[in-house]
Amino acid sequence: MNRFNQTIAQPVGNAVAVNKVIKNTYMLLSATLFFSAVMAMVSMAIAMPPMAYLISVIGAMLLGMFVLPRTANSSAGIGVIFLITGLLGFGLGAILTLYLQLPHGPQTIATALGGTGVIFLGLSGYALTSKRDFSFMGGFVFAGMLVMIVAIIANIFLQMPFLSLAISAGVMLLMSAYILFQTSQMVNGGETNYIFATYSLYMAIFNIFISLLQILGVFGGDD
Amino acid sequence: MDSIWLQLALAVTMGMMLFFLYPKAKQWMQNGPKAEQGDWMAAVIPLLAVFAFVLLLIMLV
Repeated sequence: MNRFNQTIAQPVGNAVAVNKVIKNTYMLLSATLFFSAVMAMVSMAIAMPPMAYLISVIGAMLLGMFVLPRTANSSAGIGVIFLITGLLGFGLGAILTLYLQLPHGPQTIATALGGTGVIFLGLSGYALTSKRDFSFMGGFVFAGMLVMIVAIIANIFLQMPFLSLAISAGVMLLMSAYILFQTSQMVNGGETNYIFATYSLYMAIFNIFISLLQILGVFGGDD
Repeated sequence: MDSIWLQLALAVTMGMMLFFLYPKAKQWMQNGPKAEQGDWMAAVIPLLAVFAFVLLLIMLV
C-alpha cells in the first residue's frame, strides 16, 4: 500500500522519520536480543525443565496478541517488549539445556546461532540497501503464516517427525521472506511504530533460530 | 514428555493467533499491492540463497 505513496524524492521530514524508525528499531532489537540471551543463560544456569519453553511461548504469544497492541504507542510498550523477549529467552534456555546434552549439541547451537545472524543481517542488509518495496509479499507472507499455524496445531496432536521437520523448513523460509517484507515496510514508510517493527523482527529471528536448531539437530552430526 | 494440558493450551493459543492474524492476512491478500515485473525474482534470489546457506550449514555440522 505504501508503494502508492512513494515519490522519487521523498520529503525531508518523511525521510528523517523513516531513518528514526530504522535507528530506533535496530537499537531496541539489539537490546532485546541481548536481554533474551541473558535470560536464556539464567534459565540454563538454573536448569529449567523443557516444559518451561512451552509455558514461555504461550505467555509471550498472549502478551503479543493482547497487551502489546494496547501499549505499543506509549513508553509502556518498551517494558512489554522486554517482558515478551525476556520470557522467550528464558524458554529458549530450557531448549538449549536439552541440546547441550546431545553429542554435537554445543556445535549445533553455535552453528544455528551464527547461521541465524548471517541470515538476518544478509536479508535485512539486502532490503535496506536495495530499497526495493517488498510489500507485494504481504499476502503471501500472511497466508503462509496461517498455513503454518494450522500445520503446527495439527502436529501438536499428530506428533509426526517428518511434518515437524517440514514445518521448521517452511517457517525458516517464511520468516526469511518476512524479514524482507518488514524491513522494506520500515524503509518505505509502511511501518512507523518501532516497537511493532522490533517485535516483528525479533519473532522472525527467534523462529529462524529455533527452526535452524531443529533442522541441524536432525541432519547434523551423522558422520 | 510435556503435559497434555500444556499441549492443549498451546493449541488453543495458536488457534487464537489464527483468528488474530486472519483479518490482516485477508486485508493484505485483497488490498495489498501486486508484484510488478522483476519483483518476485528480487525476492526469490535471496530466499534461494538462504536455502543454499542452510544446506551448507547442514553439511558443516
